[in-house]
Amino acid sequence: MRDGETKRDIRDTDLDRPALEAALARIWNTPEGLWGALATVDHKIIGRRYVITAFVFLALGGVLAMLMRLQLAQPEARVLGPDRYNQIFTMHGSNMMFLFAVPVMEAVGVYLVPLMVGTRNIAFPRLNAFSYWIFLAGGALLWISFVLDMGPDVGWFAYVPLSGPQYGFGKRADIWAQMITFTELSALAVSVEIVVTILKQRAPGMSLDKIPLFVWSMLVTSFVVIMAMPAIMIASSTLILDRLVGTHLFNPAEGGDVLLWQHLFWFFGHPEVYIIFLPAVGMVSTMTATFARRPVFGDLAMVMALIATGILAFGLWVHHMFVTGLPRLGESFFTASSMAIAIPAGVQIFCWLATLWDGKPIFKTPLLFVIGFIVTFVIGGLTGVMVASVPFDTQVHDTYFVVAHFHYVLIGGAVFPLLGAIYYWFPKITGRMMSESLGRSAFWLIFIGFNMTFFPMHILGLQGMPRRIYTYQPDMPWHDLNLFVSVSSLILVAGFLLFFFDAIRSARRGLPAGDNPWDAPTLEWATSSPPPSFNFSYIPVVKAANPLWEQPDVLAVAGGLRINSRELIISTVASAEPEAREASPRNSIWPFVAALATTVMLISSIFTPWAVVWGSIPIVVALIGWFWPKGTPEDES
Amino acid sequence: MKERIVADVSRLSLHGTGSASTTWWGTLGFMLIEATGFALAIAVYLYLMSIAATWPTDAPTPDLLPGTLVTLTLIASVLPNYLVSQWAEREDLRKVRIGLVVMSILGIVPLIIRAFEFYALKVNWDTNAYGSIVWILLGLHTTHIITDLADTLVLAALMYTRHGRNRRRLGDVQDNAMYWNFVVVTWLPIYGCIYWIPRL
Ligand code: HEM
Ligand SMILES: [Cu+2]
Repeated sequence: MRDGETKRDIRDTDLDRPALEAALARIWNTPEGLWGALATVDHKIIGRRYVITAFVFLALGGVLAMLMRLQLAQPEARVLGPDRYNQIFTMHGSNMMFLFAVPVMEAVGVYLVPLMVGTRNIAFPRLNAFSYWIFLAGGALLWISFVLDMGPDVGWFAYVPLSGPQYGFGKRADIWAQMITFTELSALAVSVEIVVTILKQRAPGMSLDKIPLFVWSMLVTSFVVIMAMPAIMIASSTLILDRLVGTHLFNPAEGGDVLLWQHLFWFFGHPEVYIIFLPAVGMVSTMTATFARRPVFGDLAMVMALIATGILAFGLWVHHMFVTGLPRLGESFFTASSMAIAIPAGVQIFCWLATLWDGKPIFKTPLLFVIGFIVTFVIGGLTGVMVASVPFDTQVHDTYFVVAHFHYVLIGGAVFPLLGAIYYWFPKITGRMMSESLGRSAFWLIFIGFNMTFFPMHILGLQGMPRRIYTYQPDMPWHDLNLFVSVSSLILVAGFLLFFFDAIRSARRGLPAGDNPWDAPTLEWATSSPPPSFNFSYIPVVKAANPLWEQPDVLAVAGGLRINSRELIISTVASAEPEAREASPRNSIWPFVAALATTVMLISSIFTPWAVVWGSIPIVVALIGWFWPKGTPEDES
Repeated sequence: MKERIVADVSRLSLHGTGSASTTWWGTLGFMLIEATGFALAIAVYLYLMSIAATWPTDAPTPDLLPGTLVTLTLIASVLPNYLVSQWAEREDLRKVRIGLVVMSILGIVPLIIRAFEFYALKVNWDTNAYGSIVWILLGLHTTHIITDLADTLVLAALMYTRHGRNRRRLGDVQDNAMYWNFVVVTWLPIYGCIYWIPRL
């Protein structure tokens, strides 16, 4: 049967180039219109959607930040009341962490990883579509609730007992918890896709030592997600159980424990920081190599540092609980491990600096963001080492020092690299360049605005200003600095607005980019900009770590795939020897339907536990529709 | 960019099995996620035990009988499960069909006994934290049995249609069998926690 089929099939090698591209487009393109938009499984369309949605959440979170800064600009301001303020800082933190920072990194991975490893689609493309809809539903749940004055008000880590049944009235804490379930579900799904894409769908010849650093970073990140996110899913589900059906996990009166919540949360929450940071590290390495015009110095050390960070990330969570009165010995251990993680970070920074030093750096906008990142992240790392020591942390815990610290790490360590990465990959995604001059201005506004906004917060913290207060009295010595911070945040916002303006304008009117405007070495630049639906006309064959530098004019490729069905190459884990041809699923509406059914079930289960029972029936139906063979060539082969 | 064809993949087999298939790896990935979840739930159990004055708290030790019966059924199911996987490997559709029916029954039986297990705990989920965590452990594992049973039922139905005769679907049968082994293996530490730790 298989041999007979081989003869009937049309192979890519049977056609000339235009005919081949037409045939591939026929089989891979997403049709126009609403149906196509809902049913698509193209990782580029989904990745782009994911990125844009996450940036919308960034903007919304930014609006909340500005409201907070408006309120805090002067003592006893009346812009926001205490209840609204509680909702807003909770929304800001939860939105930034769960709806912006983690998803945006996953999203860039969804878009880039398949291109960088030279395959035609991500593994489990329908799961990928599903994960986007689930993410969107989780975000909508949070924001719609907020608009209805039902936004969570318990802080982004929702400590019990405040969030428990005793104090957390109404449904606010449940909405926080279920938003977590949505976003973690989608992040876990994406992580499995990315791991399998990287392990099994690499272009022939891309052995472990030839995997681009960004891809490595996504691999490590995905494993961290897989090991860390179950903790928060257990935490959020048990919180809902405590609140809805009267379990007592977090109730000390009945043998439960409030610190258990903190353990579960931070067992996830600390690795979360690295889930955001490691992809950023991968972006930085990629951009540094391209603009220094040489491969990254010490790339083996880089990979080792990534893996070490990923592992160490799980040994730090207790440093968020230093003031809860844990045993002294335990605290010393977590101080030591928190300081130890500075070592792989130091190795990476050394390697980037060495790369720049030894290369011939070209200071385009992405590289500016890289340098802004290095400076900011070093400051954030230093204050991190400071708060890792228990006596110091006891002083500044829950003050603006900590707010300053984590914004240096989060914005410096992740948002700067991300903005650089957008400038860097925008031409690939849209086929057009962003403006170099606007980019420079945006960078300087953001960099200067950021430091002016957040550096003084260190001082405010040392002066004793607590975080999460909605106002302060005039006799406190804080108002000058607070006013300064609030005014400075306008500069920061101006920078972001300029960035958004540039991105939107350039998407329509930017200069045409060509395939490889930066003369970069990795495979995503070997195809056109934007890439066709099938990514590559032929699957590349890789012989070097920087294929487009080592062989600038010709791309070695593999022929022999069928073109009357979606097909790609499966290769071995270590050496990427081709092992099999594999069908890749077609577009399908079922992931969307399954996501709708899941949404109904999850939201209803905030109100009644029986929703888990009846709500599961439509999910099962949708999943059967999803997996039942439809007789397409992909199903039958 | 100019392309030069340097490799020919036309002779590669269509759809690899085992570690050459993406679904196999995907199943492994989800198993890793769920194993982490189970490990954490067990850690919560041990944590609550470590701070409790008595364990089980305000409740008798749970009855051994239903839980042990479930354990024995699950262990016994491993052999037919292995055989189904072997038959799927050899593409023996007739035996796979029978095997999947048997495995469906072997998924339903422990679920029925499981209902009695909840009674045998002799504590309610809302009695105290001890009751909550044993119900959660048992509930978590029950959803796993249900999930795999649903998958087995759908695959069994599929095997009786024209879509059954297909290596890809038979690979799904093998992955499903692997997942069932996982359901069995994860039960053992939970069984130990719920029934034996209170007896130590
Ligand atoms: C646009 C620039 C930003 C400004 C001006 C800003 C401002 C603030 C302020 C003033 C607070 C403290 C609220 C309080 O304690 O009363 C805060 C909290 C927080 N921010 Fe931001 N932020 C910005 C961006 C971000 C980003 C990009 C992230 C994450 C990637 C982030 C994550 C957080 C978190 C997790 C909290 C803690 C919320 C809580 O206490 O529950 N912020 N932010
Ligand atoms: Cu931490």
